[in-house]
Parts: sequence; C-alpha cells; structure tokens
Amino acid sequence: MTSNSLLCVRNLRVGYTTQQGVVHAVSDVSFDVQRNEVFGIAGESGCGKSTLIRALLRLLSNNGTSTASKIEFEGQDVQGLSDSAFRQSILWKRISLVPQSAMNSLNPVYRVGDQVIEAIRAHSKSSRSEARERVEFLFDIVGLQPELMRSYPHEFSGGMRQRAMIAMSLALDPGLIIMDEPTTGLDVLVQERILRRVREIRTEIASSIILITHDIAVIAEMSDRIAVMYGGKIMESAAANDLFDAPYHPYTLGLKNAFPSIRAMNTELISIPGSPPALLGDEPGCLFEPRCPFSNAVCSQDLPSRHYVSDLHEVNCHRHGDVVEMRERAALKSTWHS
Amino acid sequence: MALLELQEVTRHFELRPGIVERVIRGGKTRVIKAVEAMNLSLTQDEILGIAGESGCGKSTTCSMIAGLLPPSSGQVLYRDRNVGGMTEGELKGHRRQVQMIFQDPYESLNPRFRISDIVSEGPRALGLWGEKEIEERVADMLSSVGLGPAKYWERYPHELSGGERQRVGIASALVMEPELVVADEPLSMLDVSIRAGILDLLRDLSQKRNFACVYVSHDLSILGNIADRLLIMYLGQAVEVGPVHEVINNPKHPYTRALISAVPVPDPRAKRSPPNIVGDISRPVDPPPGCRFISRCPYADKSCSDFFVKLDTGSRLTHQAACHRLDQIPDEAA
Repeated sequence: MTSNSLLCVRNLRVGYTTQQGVVHAVSDVSFDVQRNEVFGIAGESGCGKSTLIRALLRLLSNNGTSTASKIEFEGQDVQGLSDSAFRQSILWKRISLVPQSAMNSLNPVYRVGDQVIEAIRAHSKSSRSEARERVEFLFDIVGLQPELMRSYPHEFSGGMRQRAMIAMSLALDPGLIIMDEPTTGLDVLVQERILRRVREIRTEIASSIILITHDIAVIAEMSDRIAVMYGGKIMESAAANDLFDAPYHPYTLGLKNAFPSIRAMNTELISIPGSPPALLGDEPGCLFEPRCPFSNAVCSQDLPSRHYVSDLHEVNCHRHGDVVEMRERAALKSTWHS
Repeated sequence: MALLELQEVTRHFELRPGIVERVIRGGKTRVIKAVEAMNLSLTQDEILGIAGESGCGKSTTCSMIAGLLPPSSGQVLYRDRNVGGMTEGELKGHRRQVQMIFQDPYESLNPRFRISDIVSEGPRALGLWGEKEIEERVADMLSSVGLGPAKYWERYPHELSGGERQRVGIASALVMEPELVVADEPLSMLDVSIRAGILDLLRDLSQKRNFACVYVSHDLSILGNIADRLLIMYLGQAVEVGPVHEVINNPKHPYTRALISAVPVPDPRAKRSPPNIVGDISRPVDPPPGCRFISRCPYADKSCSDFFVKLDTGSRLTHQAACHRLDQIPDEAA
C-alpha cells in the first residue's frame, strides 16, 4: 500500500503465556492507517482487537509478547525504540489512547482538570498556566464548560467523564488517537453526542482515529475504512461502503445478518452458530471454519492467504471466488441453521 | 382480560442525608421518584418492550411487576388480583407465574451448582413435581434451549460460554412454566453473533409455551425486532406507548423522537438528523411537578410544568404520548 500512510503494521503477532499454553491472541495482522481517516476495527469479545492496540502501544501485560516484521509511524520505525524512548517520544505525544471503560480511568481524588494538566506537563515542557489554558481549550472542544475543570470525577456523569478522557487524548496534538469502545455503556443520546463531537474534532484538528468497537452500527457511521477481526486475525478489510455493499468473508456476511437495525425491523436476524475459537493450539486451517456454512475440505487444512479484491479491499477466505453464491445463500436462515 | 395491570403505580425511594449533612448543613431527606403514576396493561400473548435511558425507572418497574418491590402507591394487578394484598402462600404461587431473566449471565448463576441443579432449583424449592418428573422436565427444558442434556447436565457454569449461560438463565426461568417472563437486558452482555439466537429462542418459546414477556432494554433496534408493543420511559414517567412499529416509525413525544433519531444505523450511507434535545439527563430527585422532560424539550412552554399527562392502560393497539402540546410540534421533527 501507499508509503505515506500514517501507521503501517506488518505481520503483528501477540501471544499470552498461560497455564494451558500460549494463547495466540493476535496472529499475523497487517494494516495501514492513512492520514486523516477513521479506521474502524470491528469484532466480538476475544477477537484480539484490544490486544492489538495494547501491543502497538506497548501496554501488554507481563505474560504477553509481541513480534512484528514492521511497525512504522509517520515513516519512522518505532520497533527499534526502547520502551522508555517509546513512552517519551510516541505515547500521548503522537499516539494517544482513550482506553476501554475510560469512564473509570480517572483518578477519583484529583480534580479532573488537574489530571489533564498533569498529563500535559508530564509529556511536554509547558508551564502550569500554559497547560491550564490548553485544558480550557480542550474542554471547550469536547463540549465541557471550563468551570468543570475544578470538579472531581464523581461529580461528572459517565458521558462527561468520557469527554474528559477524549480531551486528555487530544492534549498533545497527537497524529493518531486510538479509541477503544469509546461509547460502550453510555446511553444512546449521550453516545450520539460524543460521536458527533468526535467527528467534528477530527475535521477540526485533522487527526487520524482508530476506532475499536463491537457495535456494527457505530462503526458503520464513523469509519472511512473497516477491518473485521475474528480469532486474532483480520478476516476482511475494506472501505466502509464496500464492506457493507459487497462483503466477501462469510463472517462479515454473518455479522450483517445478526445485527439489528432500527430501519429494518421486519428483517429476520440470523445468528452465527457455535462460539469463537480458544486460540490455544496451532490448528491448521481457517479459524472460522467450524462455524462457517460454506467451508470445504481445504478450509480445515490450509490457512487462507490474503486475497485482494481491489486495492483497498482484502479478504482472508479460500472461497472468495464463490462470493456471489455465498452472498445469496447467506441471506437464508437455513444456510446457517440446518 | 389483561394478565397484568399497573394502576397508577408509583415508587419513591427516600434519600436520607448522612449525619454530618443533617446536623451541620441541615440537609433534608430527599425523595427519588423512580416511577410515577404508571398505567399499563399486558395481555397473555404479547411481548412488551420497555425502553429508556439509565435511571428512567425501567428496572424499578420490572421489580414491581415481578413482585420483588412493593409500589409506594398504586396497584399491581395480576389476573385482577392485587399483588400487594397477597398472603405469603399466594405469593409463592405468584412467584412461580412470574419469572425473571437477568442481565448478566456471568454473575447470575451459582458457580458451585451444576447446570442441572441450577435449572431444577426452582421447581424443587416450590415442590412443584416429584423428583423424577423434575428431572424429566429439566432435561426437556435444556434441550429446548439448545443445551443437550447429555452434554450439559453435569457441567458447571464456568465451563460455558456467555451465550450458553444465558440459555441456562432462560431455562431456569421457563422450567417453572411461568405465564409472564420479565427479561431485564438479557442480551447486553452477549456478543452480536449470538444475540439473534437468544432472541429467536425467546420469541419461539413465548409462542410455544404461551407466556407473556416484558422485555427491558436500552437498545431500540433489538426491541424493534422482538417486541409487539413498546413503552418509552423518561425519569420515571411513561412518555409514550403503542405498537412497536408505530412508535419507532412515527414517534409523537419529543423525547421519543430524540431517542429514536439518536440510534445509529448499521449502514455507512444512512443519514440521520441530529436529535432535537438540549441539556443532559438529570436524576428524578425531588423533581418539580409536571412533565419531567421540560428542561430538555425544544417545544416546552410554561404550561408544561402544570401538566403531567398520564397514559391510560389502553388497549394494545392504541398509540399514546404523554404530551399535551403534540399538535404544536412540527411533523418534520420526527
């Protein structure tokens, strides 16, 4: 893909050592994030989406190890950096994170404003008053009144805390903001307001965003490009419109069937039978094979290789050639539940 | 005849100040008005969805329907009998008729019980059938929720996935042969790919086993798919009720309109107009009289603080909204 991408990740693997053996939480993931785009990563629990970004930001727990053939940010190889150099020069300054359940990530005994000021001063040389001005500006961007800087987290609602965390992530003008389930657990009206604000912020300050969520509707509305993860792999990735108009992977087809839409209440929902893989062994073949209604002999033996439908649309499925038939059959409930 | 009827059901909770607050600052006891003068009826063959944001009183309403919480005033009538006036013996029977399915399948199953013990606990506790019959019915129930007894009988909850656990929760509610099932956000902890399976199961079983269902969720897309009728609540007040497609496609109340336009659509080309609403949700602590949506409503005027339009129990086909200014709201706002 193009060399002017903001973030370029090749063959990223993450394993967690457990008593039962090594769990391959992320295996052989490659992707690019372009400048000024929202890159959505969709997937269900345990698909490796949070592990993926923890590995990128070097926040893995002690039993986790990651390898990659290449991780470049703004053209710079960041793999060679030591952990402390990475924290100093990349984390927060150039890539920031809005963690999952960000609402509970604020320290309850410090004023919210002070926490953001502290984050700014820990990573830059600004004085306290400069930092304070910056926080006022940031609060304004995320739609919080500057007076609220003096409040404690418990005085904030969930949505306000989430906005404070987003303000913190913007503090040092990073080129890339990673948001891990930014609105999960919030009420729909609050979610709507935050997502609208994120969209505005993105056009105002021209950052790229990696948005991670299990909510297909949120990812559809927010993303320019979407990657669908399953069992630690990217099964399909494409421009948002292409992914919804012309999906190739059976898992993507299944997810589309299973997700309800308020605009199509009469459409019957079809679940995907079975449950996600344990990721423990090194089974050959496609990880979705046990749940896939279109699998054949080769699917359980060989790992599918990446196939490019077009420049920006890739799919990991042996049967991508039969997509017309698969799309037709996938719409029928009997295909999935016989 | 209605299976269940709520008549002017109200539930208040007292919020007592701590001793410091009371002595030093002269704090007074405040009242959380969790549910206010709710009217509702439910027939034997329907699934009623209740939607609203956190703190709107959905779960309090559920608890009152299930008889776990007495109303502060008003009556919960079950087959025309007041649940509040039941004797202990009658309540035992009532508790069998009304079963709950809980939100969190990870926390609601006893980790030391085998699946068969969990599902047979209810019938055993109420002595519904002999031991042999209980065993047969439990096995039958497990297979109808898709957990083959041969495989699952001896298992423990930790060996099951989230979806399987929620099926156990459903089995232990339905094995009691209830007439009414109250499901409080039964899907919110589950993954997208398996939610549809649980929804199907509930819908199928409600027809086969002939029970009514109150399905509480904040997710309008799911309610649109499973419910026959939809009730929208805001800060303890019922604001709109009607057939589900009517309410979602043609919402009347300004709050319902805002809520529905905020629901994201799984289609990158979909266009939504931003919800017409101001401010943030508050808490129903000592709320002023009148409509509680007044502070966020773009159409409110002074008269709204005098009016609190109560919905009536209505028939299942009527579509009503608790707003006295409906005729002054432009149509395009929907």
